[in-house]
Amino acid sequence: MNVSHLGQASPSLRRLSELRGAAPQRSLDARALAALAANPGCRRRALLDAAGVDKTALADRLGRPAPFGQSPFAIRRGLQFESRLKRDGYAVLMEPLRRLLGVPEDEVASLAVPDLLPSLSPAMRTERTSAALAEAAADPSAWTLLDRPMLRLEVAGSPAYLEPDALVVHGGRCTVVEIKSFPVLDGSADPAKVGAAARQAAVYVLALQQAAARAAGREPSADPYAEQDLPGAPELTVLLVCPKDFSNRPVAMPVDVRRELSTTRRQLSRMTKVEQLLAALPEGMTFDLARDDSGAPTRPVEELTRAVEAVPAAYGPECISTCELGFHCRAQARCAGAVEQLGRGVRGELGSLRTVEAALAAAGRGAEPGVEPALLAELGLDEASERLAYAARLRAEALAAGGVR
Amino acid sequence: MSFSGELVPNPLDAAGALPPGEAADRAVAGILDAVVRPRPGAPRGVVVDSPPGAGKSTLVVRAARELVDAGERLMIVAQTNSQVDDLVDRLASKAPEMSIGRLHASDAKPAPEALRHANVTAKDKVADLLEQDVVISTAAKWQWVKAEQPWRQAIVDEAYQMRSDALLAVARLFERALFVGDPGQLDPFTVVGTDQWAGLSYDPSSSAVVTLLAHNPAIRPHRLPVSWRLPASAAPLISSAFYPYTPFRSGTGPGERTLRPGVRADGSAVDTAIDEAAESGWALLELPARHTVRTDAQAVAAVAQTVRRLLDRELTAVSEQGSAPLTAGRVAVGTAHRDQAAAVRAELARLGVPVDPALGEAVTVDTANRLQGREYDVTVVLHPLSGRPDATAFHLETGRLCVLASRHRHACIVVARAGIAELLDEHPSTEPVQLGVAVKFPDGWEANHAVLARLSEHRVRLS
Amino acid sequence: MSLLSTLARLEAVRGQRAEPLATVRHRHLSDRPMVLVPLAAAGEAGAPLAVLLGTDRDAPRLHLVPQPLNRTQRSEFLAAMAADVVPYLESFGEQVELLEGSEKDPVSGEKLPVVRELCADAPQLVVPNAAGVAHLALLGRSTRFRRTAEDPDPGEYPAPTQVPLLGRWLTHLTDRAQVPGSSMLLSMTGLLARHWATGQSNLEDQHLAARMAWHLSPSGLEPPATGAVAAEWVESARDAEGLLVHPPAGPSTDPKFDERVLAPAILRYDAAVAVRVRAEGSRDAAESERAAGLVERARAELARVLLAAALPTWHDVWHGLELLRELPPADHLPDRWEGDRWSFTMHRDRVAAGEPPQPRRDDAVTAARKLAQREREQAKLEIQEALDDPLAMAERRLAGEAFAGEVVDVVPEWSAGRSPKPRPLLVVRTGDRPHADPGREVYRAHAEPAQRAEIVSAESGEVVVRLLSGMGRRKDPEPGSVPEVGSRVVFTLFELAPRQSAPLPEPADTPWTHGGPPVVGEDSPAGADEWE
Repeated sequence: MNVSHLGQASPSLRRLSELRGAAPQRSLDARALAALAANPGCRRRALLDAAGVDKTALADRLGRPAPFGQSPFAIRRGLQFESRLKRDGYAVLMEPLRRLLGVPEDEVASLAVPDLLPSLSPAMRTERTSAALAEAAADPSAWTLLDRPMLRLEVAGSPAYLEPDALVVHGGRCTVVEIKSFPVLDGSADPAKVGAAARQAAVYVLALQQAAARAAGREPSADPYAEQDLPGAPELTVLLVCPKDFSNRPVAMPVDVRRELSTTRRQLSRMTKVEQLLAALPEGMTFDLARDDSGAPTRPVEELTRAVEAVPAAYGPECISTCELGFHCRAQARCAGAVEQLGRGVRGELGSLRTVEAALAAAGRGAEPGVEPALLAELGLDEASERLAYAARLRAEALAAGGVR
Repeated sequence: MSFSGELVPNPLDAAGALPPGEAADRAVAGILDAVVRPRPGAPRGVVVDSPPGAGKSTLVVRAARELVDAGERLMIVAQTNSQVDDLVDRLASKAPEMSIGRLHASDAKPAPEALRHANVTAKDKVADLLEQDVVISTAAKWQWVKAEQPWRQAIVDEAYQMRSDALLAVARLFERALFVGDPGQLDPFTVVGTDQWAGLSYDPSSSAVVTLLAHNPAIRPHRLPVSWRLPASAAPLISSAFYPYTPFRSGTGPGERTLRPGVRADGSAVDTAIDEAAESGWALLELPARHTVRTDAQAVAAVAQTVRRLLDRELTAVSEQGSAPLTAGRVAVGTAHRDQAAAVRAELARLGVPVDPALGEAVTVDTANRLQGREYDVTVVLHPLSGRPDATAFHLETGRLCVLASRHRHACIVVARAGIAELLDEHPSTEPVQLGVAVKFPDGWEANHAVLARLSEHRVRLS
Repeated sequence: MSLLSTLARLEAVRGQRAEPLATVRHRHLSDRPMVLVPLAAAGEAGAPLAVLLGTDRDAPRLHLVPQPLNRTQRSEFLAAMAADVVPYLESFGEQVELLEGSEKDPVSGEKLPVVRELCADAPQLVVPNAAGVAHLALLGRSTRFRRTAEDPDPGEYPAPTQVPLLGRWLTHLTDRAQVPGSSMLLSMTGLLARHWATGQSNLEDQHLAARMAWHLSPSGLEPPATGAVAAEWVESARDAEGLLVHPPAGPSTDPKFDERVLAPAILRYDAAVAVRVRAEGSRDAAESERAAGLVERARAELARVLLAAALPTWHDVWHGLELLRELPPADHLPDRWEGDRWSFTMHRDRVAAGEPPQPRRDDAVTAARKLAQREREQAKLEIQEALDDPLAMAERRLAGEAFAGEVVDVVPEWSAGRSPKPRPLLVVRTGDRPHADPGREVYRAHAEPAQRAEIVSAESGEVVVRLLSGMGRRKDPEPGSVPEVGSRVVFTLFELAPRQSAPLPEPADTPWTHGGPPVVGEDSPAGADEWE
C-alpha cells in the first residue's frame, strides 16, 4: 500500500498520512498482511499498520524497543540456501510439482524462466508479471517459473504490491512457491513457522485470484472455499521449499492454504474499518516522531505516549513476540492492573472481572475467616467472584494443610 | 472433524435429480453390495461417510442382517457403552431372529434397554458369546479379546470417533470391515503430547478412518446423501456450514415437520423464541452482551426456562411419521462443558423438570461429546461462545457446534449472549500447520459465522 | 490454566514474588544431576555452538565449536561432549538390584522364574528450558546414525564410538521426557512452572531468567528487586554496546550478540587458522608456533565470550535446583522414579545387546505403545499428585472431581442377603460441590486398603455416601476401617488406581489397516552423515 501509486488521496488516506507524519511509509507487505491475523482485535495495531507507521522506531522512542532481530549467521545461511536453489536451475522444484499437479514422471519438460524486468517500478513489474503469467498459462504443456514476480492486491481500496519468491505455471494454472530457511526434519517442520508461511502464501494466492478474476472480467467469488476455474488462477495448495533434515539441500512440501486463504479474506475485508478508527481520533493527533536533521526524534515522549494511548490496544502476552509495541503495551497493561497481563485465557475464568485488584478483592472475601461457603452466594457475588472466593478458600486451606503458610 | 479423501461419485444425488428416498436407497444398495457381495480383489474395508441423521444406524442394522443371512458371524465395534447399548437395543428390536451377544466390562453393566430383549445375551467374557450371530462391544473392550476367534467380518460404528491406535489393537480380530461414521463430528483427542507423530499416516491419536484410508488408497468412501433427521430448515445450513465438500439434503420438504403449541404464548421472550422455533425450525434467544464465566447463571436460567416452557406448552411434533406430544424424553439440552451441563441440570431440577432417567422419562442434558449420535425432536443449545471474553480452539472446533446444531428433528433453540460475532472477529487466526496433515474443513470461524448469520434471522432478545 | 493457578498468579502480581503452586516437590531430584546449558548456531537446525555442562556447580566445563560451519570441528565438539556425558550416563548402569519374577515360557507355556536387573539409580539431566530439550533431541537425531571406525563401512569421517552412543542416549532421554511425571531429563522452566506461579504469563515464563526474577533479585540489578520490574530488566536491559546484560537461556543466542561479539570472534579465529595454514606451508617452525599461539588465543577468546553467554544461565539453573530442594519430596516420587530407572535399565540393555539405534520415525505399533504409556502415566501422575499434595487435590475439588469434609454422622447398615456385609452411611459436611449424582461411585483418598463408596445424596454443604468395600470380610467392619465422627475424609470421583492399557500387536503383526508390518531398516538411514 504505497501512497506514491495512488491517484487521488481520499480523506481517510490523508488522515493516515498525517498520522504517519514526515516519516516514509512502511509498505504493507505480505508478511505484514499475514500478521494482521495475529491480533485482529487490536485497534492500535490496525491503525498503525494502516498508516504505515514505523512501529520499530515508535517503540524505540517510547522507551521499550522491539526485541526482534536476526542473526547474521541466519541471514547468511538463508541467502546460501536460496542461491543453491537457483543454482540447480530450480530442478528441485520439478519433482514435487509434478507430483502435486499429477503430471506423469516421464513427462520431460524444460523450465522456462522469463525475465520479469526487476528494475522497473512496482506497477510496471506487476504488468510484466501478469503478461508473463498469461503467456505461460496459455500453453498447458509448458513449465514456466516466474522468479520474484510482482503482484498487486487491493487492500481497503488502495493497492499493495507483493513479491512472492516464485510462481510455477503449468497446465494453465499457477502454484505459489514459498522459500523458507527453517528445516523440514524427517518430513515435519515447526508448525508455528509453517503456519506463518502458509498465511503469507495465502496473501499471494488471494492476489493471484483477484488478478485472474480481473483478467477474465469477473467478480471474485464470495465462497471462501471455492476454487477458481480461470486461466492462470492459483492452485490452493502452495509449495513450501525448505532445507532438508540437517543439510542445505532443498525439499519441497505441499501446503494446503484454503483455511489461511479464508482467514486472509476476512482480515482484509476488515481493513475498511480503519475509517471508524480514524473517526474516533482526536483532531490533530499524530504519531510523527518529528525527526531533526540528524534523524533523531524530537517528539516529546509523553506526547507520543498520549497519542498511542488514544487508540485502544488489545494486549495479550503473545504480542511480545508478534508486535513491535509488545513491551510498551505490556507495561501499560501492568500499570492498569489488567488481567490480560497473565494471558488471554485468564479472562475466560474471570468473567467480568477485568483487573487484578478486582479479582483479588473477590478472592479475598472467600479467604476471610468464618465465611462459610453457603454465605458466598448471599454476599451477592457474581459467579466469577463466587468461584474465585471458593478457590481462595481452597487455596488457603491447602497451603495451611501443606504447612506452607 | 476430519474428512476422507475422494468419494464414490454420485452425480445424480448431487444434482438432486432423484427424490431423496430413491437417492438414499441407491446409495444404501451400493454399500450393501460392497459389504455383503464384495467383488474379487475389492479392498478389505468399506467406508461410509454419514452426515447427521442420514440413516447410519439403519444401514448398520441392514448390513448386519444381510451378513448374518449370508452365513457370516459378525462382530460390531462401537466407541462408547451407550452407543453399544443403543445399537443392541435397535438391532434386537429390528431383527428378533438374530442372536446378539453384548460383551461388557466386568465393572460396567449394560443399560436395561439393551437387556430387555429375549435375543440378547450379556456376558463379560467373550468365550460365553461365541455362538451368537452378532457380538457387540466397545473398542476398549474388544482390545482385550484374544485373537483366536471366529469373526471374519466386522462393522465399526462411529468410526470417525475411533482413534487410530484403537483400530490398531482390534484390526487383528477381523478380515473385512464396514466402517461407518460421521466425519463432521468431534475428533478423538488425547491429553498428552503427540506432535512427534503428526503427519504420519498412522498417527495413533488421529481418527481410525484417516489411517485406514491413508494405507488403503483403493478404498473410496461411500456417502449417505440424505439426512432423515434434520428438517428442511436445517439440512441446507448444516450441509453448507459443516460439509462444504460433501453436501447432503433433507429427506423431508419444507413444512413437513412442524411443532404445534397446545398452550398459547405468555408474551415472554422465551415463549416468543419457542414460537419462532416452532415456526421456522430455529430460534436464537439472545441475552444482553456480558463477559461471564462458563456457568453464566442467567444463560443457564434461560436454557432451563426454555425447557420448562417447552414442556408446559404441550407442543405436538407433527412429522411424516405422524404426530406425537413433545415429552421430556424428546428434548435435549446441549452444552460445551460438563459444568455447564451440571448447572443446567440443577436449574431444571429446581424448576421441576425431570432430568434423572433412572426415575422415568427425562430431559437429556449433556455435552456435545456425549450427544454425538443422538437424536431428539427439539434441542436447546447453550452456545459454546456465549459470554466468553475470548474464543479458544476448543470453542471454535467445528465438530462441537456441528453436533450441537444437528441433533434435532424439528427445531433447535440456541441461547447465547450478544457479542459472538465481534468475539469471532477479534479471534487471532494463527493456527499452527503440521506438514502432511490434511487440513480440517471447514474452518471454525467460517462455520461459526455461517450458523450465527442464520440464527440472527430468528433472534428474540431477552432483556 | 486452572482458576487456582490463576489465583496464585494474581497473588504473585500483588506481592511481585512467585507464589507456591505445590506444597511438596512433584519431581524426583537426583543427588548428582548433570546440568547442561546448550547453545545453538543460528540459521541451521540443531547446529551446536557450545555447551556448558557438569555435575559440579563450581566447575562447569565448556565445549564449543569455534567455526560453527566447520564439520570437522562439529564432530570434534560432539566427541568431546560424548566423552563427558556418556560416562556420566553409563556410570548409573553399574549398580543394580536383582528382582525375582516369572516369565511364561513361549513354548511350554510354563511359568519360569527369572531374575531381572534394575539399575539402583538413574542419571538426571537438567537443561534451562523446553527449547533446550528440543535441541538435545536434534543432537540425538543427528548423531545416532553416525558411523564409527567399528562399522563394517566406516565411511569417510568415522566418529568416535561414543558419538552415536550419545545420540542414542539423547534420543532415549528426550523421548522419555515426553512421559508425564518422568524425571530423567527435566527443563528448569518446566520444574519451576509446576511448583510456583509468577505474576506474568506462561509465555513469559519460558524465559528462565525472567522467571527466576520472580524468586530472586537478578544479579546486577540496582536497587535489588523481584517481580515484573526485575523480569523486564533481565529480558531487555542492554549495556553500552547494545548487548543484553543477562543473556538469554538459549539454545538461541541474542542476534545482537551474534552480530557484535560472536561473528567478529569467529572471524578472528578463521583469520588465525588461515595464518597457521600458511605458516605450516612455509615450514618455518617459529612462524608455525606463533600462528598456533594466535589460533589458541582466538579460541580462548571465543571460549571466553561463549562462557560469558552461558554462565548466567548455568547459575540460574542451579539456583532453581536449590529452590526446589527446599520443598519436601512428594510421597509417590520413589514410585515414579522407579519407572525412570526401568526406562534407563532397558535402554542400557538394548545398547548392550547391540540393537540398532532408534529409527527416524516410530512404526505404527511403537507410536501407539508410546501414546498408551504416556496416557497411562498422565493418569497416574494426576492421581499421585492429588494424593501427595493438598493443593493438587484442591484443584480437583474446585473442578467438582473430589470433595473433602468432616464426618458428622456414621449410620451402621448392612447389605441384604444371607451373609450381610457392612455398608455404613457416612454423612460428610463439606463446602465442596462435587459433580456427584446419586449412585455415582467414589473413592476414599489415603484409604489403606482401597475403599469404594457410592453417593447416596449430595446437597449443598452435605454429602452422604455409603461405604462399599475395604472393611474386611466379616459382618462388622475391621476396626479403623470406617472413619469416625469428627474425622476428616476426602473422596474422589476419579479412580485412584490408573487403568491398564490394552495390549497391542507386535510390530511384525501390524494389521492391514495400518499398512502391515514395517519394512526393516526403512527408517534407519545407517551411516547417514547429513550435515553439510
